[in-house]
Amino acid sequence: MSIQVQGVQQSFHGHTILEDLNLTLEPNKIYGLLGRNGAGKSTLLNIISNRIRPTHGTVTLDGESMHDNDHTLGKIYLMSEVNMYPERSRVKNLFKTTRLLYGGFNDAYAAKLVHAFGLDINARFGKLSTGYRSIFKLIIALCVPVDYVFLDEPVLGLDANHRELFYQELIETYSDQPRTFVISTHLIEEIANLIEHVFVLNDHHIIVNGEVPDILAKSYTISGPQTDVEAYTANLNIVGEDHLGGITAHYVYGALENDRPIPDTVKVDHLDLQKLFVILTNTKEEATAYVN
Amino acid sequence: MQFNFNSTEPIYLQVADQIEEAIFTQTFVEGEQIPSTTEISKEFHINPATVLKGMNILVDANLIEKRRGVGMFVIAGAQARIVEKRRDQFYTDYVKKLVSEAKKLHITQAELAKLIERGFSAS
Repeated sequence: MSIQVQGVQQSFHGHTILEDLNLTLEPNKIYGLLGRNGAGKSTLLNIISNRIRPTHGTVTLDGESMHDNDHTLGKIYLMSEVNMYPERSRVKNLFKTTRLLYGGFNDAYAAKLVHAFGLDINARFGKLSTGYRSIFKLIIALCVPVDYVFLDEPVLGLDANHRELFYQELIETYSDQPRTFVISTHLIEEIANLIEHVFVLNDHHIIVNGEVPDILAKSYTISGPQTDVEAYTANLNIVGEDHLGGITAHYVYGALENDRPIPDTVKVDHLDLQKLFVILTNTKEEATAYVN
Repeated sequence: MQFNFNSTEPIYLQVADQIEEAIFTQTFVEGEQIPSTTEISKEFHINPATVLKGMNILVDANLIEKRRGVGMFVIAGAQARIVEKRRDQFYTDYVKKLVSEAKKLHITQAELAKLIERGFSAS
C-alpha cells in the first residue's frame, strides 16, 4: 500500500516546473511538503491527484495507475488553494454534494468541527472570508473517507487560534483513524514536530527526502572564530554561512568527522527545520544579502 | 503539565526527558496514569509516533508501563530509579561543567570549594 511518483517531469510553455521527480508516500504517515513560492508544490499535488497530467512519468497507488482511475482517485482527496466551489452554493449543500461524490462522509465529526470553528453553514461559499473558506475546505478534507489526504496551504488566512485548533483536530482524527496526510505549508515551525517525514522541493527537484529526526540529526551550526570554524568544517558539506562581528557560523548538512576534535572555541549546535529550509533554499543573492 | 521544548534536540528525547522530570518532581505520581500519546501530541502538535518513541524510552527504563486498553502508568519505585540515575550522572552533567567554567574564569579549586559551601549554607 503506497503511492509511487516515478520519473515525473512537468513543463509549461517550455518552462520546467518539475524534473525527474521520484517519491513514495506510505500509508498512515504525516508528511510535510516544503518549498519556496513557485517551487512546484501545488503542481506536484495536482499531478498526484490527477488534476494535471504530467509531461512525463507515472503516479501509481498500489501499483495501479492513478491517471483517470475512479477506483484509486476515490482513495485520495486534495484540499487546494484554488476555490472550485460555486460562489452561490450554501455551505451545507456543498457538504451534501461531497457526501454523494465520496460515498461517505463523517457527518458527526463535520458537525463537531463546524461548531468548534464557528462556521456558518447557511452562508454562501462566495461570502466566506479567506479564513473561513480554508476552514470549510479543511472540514471536508478531514471528514472524507479516503486513505490519502493532501492539504495545500491548509491554514491560509486562519488566525492563530484556528490554526492551533486545526493542528489538534488533525492529530485527533489521525489517531482515531490513521491515514496519510501530506501538508504543504510555509509555516514550517508550526508543523515541524507534527510531520514524520519531510520533502523539500527546490529548483525542480526534491532536495530533502527523509524522516525529520534523521534530517535534523545531520544539520549543524558550527560557530566560533573564523579560522577555528574553517579548520573544523574543512571538507564537510557546508551549505551556508553567517558572519557577525568576529564570529563565523558555518551551516553543515551531512555527517561530521567523528575523529576530528572540536576546539574549545567552537560551538556545535543542531539546526531546526525552518532554519535548515531557509539555508538550503536560499538563492545566491539572498545568501549574500545576509552576509553583508 | 508544562513542557518546554527547544528546537535543537530530538523531540522524542525531549518528550522522554519532560515526562521523566514530571515523575521526578512527583507531578506524575507512582501507580497513576500519565497523559496518553494522543493527549500529549495534541497539546504540543507533536507527531504521535514521536511521542510514542519518547514513551518507549521510559518503558525500557522501567519507569512507566503500558496497561492494555487503559494507558501508561508510572511504575512503583520509578522516582527512586530516576534519583539513582541522576546521582550517577551528576559528575558528568554538573561537576565537570562547573570545573571547566571555573577554570575559564580562573577560579581556583579552593575558591570553588568555598562557593559550594556558600551554596549549601544559603539554601
